[in-house]
Amino acid sequence: MSNEQQSHVHSVPIRVYLLVYVALLVLLVLTVGAAYLPGHHTTLNNVIALTIAVVKAVLVILYFMHVRYSTRLTWLWASAGFFWLVIMFILTLGDYFTRHWVPVQGWQ
Amino acid sequence: MVQEQAPQKLSIQFEDLHQQNESYIVGMWTFLVTEIMFFGAVFATYLVYRVVNQEAFWQAHRHLSVPLGFFNTCVLLTSSLTMALTVHYSQHGLRKQQLLFLLATMALAMTFLVVKGFEYHHKFVEGLVPGPNFHFEPAEYTRVAQLFFSLYFAMTGLHALHVAIGVLVMGVLAVLIAIRHPSVQDFIPVELVGLYWHFVDIVWIFLFPLLYLIPR
Amino acid sequence: MSVTVARPGEVRHNYLNAGDTVRSWLLTTDHKRIAVLYLVSVTFFFMIGGLLAALIRLELLTPQGDLLTSENYNRVFTMHGVVMIFLFLIPVIPAVLGNFLVPLMVGARDLAFPRLNLASWYLYMAGGLIATWAMVTGGVDTGWTFYPPYSSSYSTSQVTLTIIGAFIIGFSSIATGINFIVTVHKMRAPGLTWFRLPLFIWAHYATSVIIVLGTPVVAITLLLVVVERVFRLGIFDPALGGDPILFQHLFWFYSHPAVYIMILPAMGVISEVVACFSRKRVFGYHFVAFSSVAIAVIGFLVWGHHMFTTGQSVYAGMAFSLLSFLVAVPSAVKVFNWTATMYKGTIDLRAPMLYVMGFLGLFVIGGLTGLFLAALATDVHLQDTYFVVAHFHYIMVGGTIFGYLAGLHFWWPKMTGRMYPEGIAKLAALIIFAGFNFTFLPQFVLGYLGMPRRYHWYPEEWQMLHVMSSAGAFLLGIGYLLPMLYLLWSLRNGALAGPNPWGATGLEWKTDSPPITHNFEETPIVTEEPYAYENHHEHEEVASGTGASTTET
Repeated sequence: MSNEQQSHVHSVPIRVYLLVYVALLVLLVLTVGAAYLPGHHTTLNNVIALTIAVVKAVLVILYFMHVRYSTRLTWLWASAGFFWLVIMFILTLGDYFTRHWVPVQGWQ
Repeated sequence: MVQEQAPQKLSIQFEDLHQQNESYIVGMWTFLVTEIMFFGAVFATYLVYRVVNQEAFWQAHRHLSVPLGFFNTCVLLTSSLTMALTVHYSQHGLRKQQLLFLLATMALAMTFLVVKGFEYHHKFVEGLVPGPNFHFEPAEYTRVAQLFFSLYFAMTGLHALHVAIGVLVMGVLAVLIAIRHPSVQDFIPVELVGLYWHFVDIVWIFLFPLLYLIPR
Repeated sequence: MSVTVARPGEVRHNYLNAGDTVRSWLLTTDHKRIAVLYLVSVTFFFMIGGLLAALIRLELLTPQGDLLTSENYNRVFTMHGVVMIFLFLIPVIPAVLGNFLVPLMVGARDLAFPRLNLASWYLYMAGGLIATWAMVTGGVDTGWTFYPPYSSSYSTSQVTLTIIGAFIIGFSSIATGINFIVTVHKMRAPGLTWFRLPLFIWAHYATSVIIVLGTPVVAITLLLVVVERVFRLGIFDPALGGDPILFQHLFWFYSHPAVYIMILPAMGVISEVVACFSRKRVFGYHFVAFSSVAIAVIGFLVWGHHMFTTGQSVYAGMAFSLLSFLVAVPSAVKVFNWTATMYKGTIDLRAPMLYVMGFLGLFVIGGLTGLFLAALATDVHLQDTYFVVAHFHYIMVGGTIFGYLAGLHFWWPKMTGRMYPEGIAKLAALIIFAGFNFTFLPQFVLGYLGMPRRYHWYPEEWQMLHVMSSAGAFLLGIGYLLPMLYLLWSLRNGALAGPNPWGATGLEWKTDSPPITHNFEETPIVTEEPYAYENHHEHEEVASGTGASTTET
C-alpha cells in the first residue's frame, strides 16, 4: 500500500503527448467534416459527433491527465462522475421520451 | 519509470510522500467529479430541449460561426498539449521550460477568451441576446431560438468563467515558479492545475459539436 | 495497551487548551476545533429555524390566519425549511461529529486537507450569513424548493440572495465530502482494513459520495434560476419553450439524495451506540456496511417520486415508484440488524441508548409512511398534504436529530473531557420523544383528511388536531432547550470522563479525552475486528459515569 518511502512519478514521453495531440486534431476535422455530409442523417450525425467527442475526451483523460498510469483509486473516481452523469441523462430523458406513449390532453 | 525530482515537504497529517501525493491527486479528481456533475446538469438541460426542439435548434445554430468555433477548439486542444508539456518539464525539474510552456498555455487561454468575446459581441449586434430586444428570422422559431441562445450563453459563459479562473490560477502558479516559492518545488501543484485545465478542455470538446454542429 | 489517565488537578495538553486566543480558533486547522466551530454555528442556526417553527405552530393554533399575513406565512415556512435543511440538517452530523471523529476513528492525525476543512467552515458561515441577510431584508416566499416559474419570474422576495447563500453552503458541503473521501481512502491506520472500519465511517463515506455527486447538480440548477431572474434568460420559462418540470428533475436529483445525506450519518451514529450499550458486535456488520453504500446508490434513482402529480410521464412514474420501494430494502436491513444487535445483549439504558430506541421507532414510522407516498395511487391523494410533512419530519427530525443527539451525548465526554448529567439527560430524551410524537402524529391524520401543506387557513373541525400538534411542538422546544443548558453546565461542572467512560471499542477511545492536538501519541495499529465487545468484558464495571475512570488493559 503506502509503505514505500520513495515517491514514484510516471513521466510520459513527449512523443506520446504529440501523438495524442495530432489524433485530437484529426478527430476534430472529422467531426466538422461529418457535420457537412450531404443528405439528412440526423441520428447518424448525432451519433458520429458524440462518439468522436467521447473518444477525444477519453484520449485527454488517459494521456494528458495520466489516468492510464494512475492507481485503481484514480480510475474509480475518474469514471464515477461519468457513470453518474449517464444515470442522470437516462432517467431524465426517460421521462421526456415516454410522455407521448399515452396520449393525454395538454401534454406536448 | 522512476524519476528523480526535487525534495518535497511532508505535511503533518501524512505518513509519507507517496500517501501525500496520491491524496492530492485523488482529491483533485474527486473535485473534478463535482465539476463533471456541475456541467452535467446543464448538458442534461440542453439535451432535453434539443430532443424536443430539433428543427428550431437547427435554425438557431446557423447563427453561430463554425470557423470561429473550430479555431477556438484548436486553440484549446493546443493549450492542453502545452499544459501537458508543462507538467512533463515540471516532473523533470526543468524550471525554464516549465515556465515557458505555462506562459504559452496562458496565452492560448486568453486567445480563446478574446475570440469568445468577439463572438458574444457579434451576437449582441445581431440582436441574438435573449430579452426584450431579441430578434430572430424566421419568426416562427423566435420562442425556441431564445431558449437556444439562453442555453448557448449559459453553457459557454460557464465554460468561459472556468477558462478565466484557469488563467488566474496559472498566473499565480507562474509567479510562484518564477520566484522559486517553496510550495511549488515539486510537480504536484502543476499537475493539479493541469488536471483542472484538461477538464476545461474536455467540456469544450463536447460543447463544440453540441452547439455549433447541429444536424438537421 | 495502557492509557495514561488524568488525575484530578493535573492538566494535560489537549486540543482545547492548545491555545485560547480568538485567532487560535478562527485560524485553526485542527479538525477537532473546526468541529467545535461547527457545533456552535450549527446550534445558532438551529435556534433560528426553531423560532420560525414556533411561529408556524402558533399561527396554526387557530383556523383563521390571524397571527401572520398570508405573505408572511409563506416567508416563515420557506425560511424554516431553508434554514433547517441547508444550515442545520445537512451539515449537522458530518460537520460536527464527522469532523471530530473521522480522523480519530481511522487513526489519523488530521483530515487529508486541513486547510480545506477550515475553508469549508468559512464558506458555511458566509452562506449562512447571506441567507440570514436575505431573511432580514424581506425573506423569501417560494418554499425551500424554489420551483420556477414562480421563483424565476414572479416572486418579488429575496430569491436571488437566498439562492446565492445556498449555493455557497453547497460548496462548503462539497469540501467536507472531498476531505472525508480522501481521508477514508488514504489515511487509515496500519491494520485498519475496510472491513475493520467502524460503521460510522462507512456511513460517512457513503454520505460523502452523495455530497460529491449530488450537490453540484443542485448548485448549478439554482444558479440557472438566478441567471433567469437576473439576466432574463429563459431556461425553465414556459413562455420561452422551457419546461419547469426539468427544474424539478434536476432539483430532486440532489434533493432526494440529500435526505440520505441527513439520515446516513445518523445511522452511523446508531450503529456505534447500539453496539456499545448492548455490549455486542453489530449483527451482520457487512450487511450494515453495504446497506449504507446501497442506500447511497439507489437513493440517486428515486427522485421522480417527488413529481408523480406534475405531468411527468406515467412510465417514468412507474419506474421511480418501483425504485423507491427498492431503497426501503437496505433501510430495513439496517433496522433489523440493530434490533438483532440488542437481542440477548447486555443493554444499558443510558441517554444515548434512549435516543437510539427513539430513533428506531420513529424511523420505522417515517420509513413505512414513505412507502404510502412511493405508491403512485395513494400519492395522488396524499401529495402536498400534511401527511408528507409528517412523513419527512419523522425521517429528518426523528431520524437525524435523534441520531445527532445520541451521538452528541455519546461522544460529549470525548469532545470535552466531561460527563453530562445522566438523570436530566434521560428526562430530556423522554420529553423530546413525547413532544415529537405529539407534534407530528396528528399531522398524519390531518394530511389523510386532506389538510394541504403551506396553508394557514383551515376548516374549524381540524382545530383540535392542530392544537395537539402545537402543544407537542411546545413540549419539543423545552426538550431541545434542556440539552443546551445541561451540556453547557457540564463543561465546568461535569465529572471528569477519562479516556473511555463507556468501555467502548474504537480508536477514538484509545486516546485522551479531550484528545491531544494531533490525536495520538503514536500512530495506532489495529489488530482486531470492530465492536469486539466479547474481548472487553472487563469494561462492564468501568462504565460508572460518575467519576474519573480507571485504567484499562
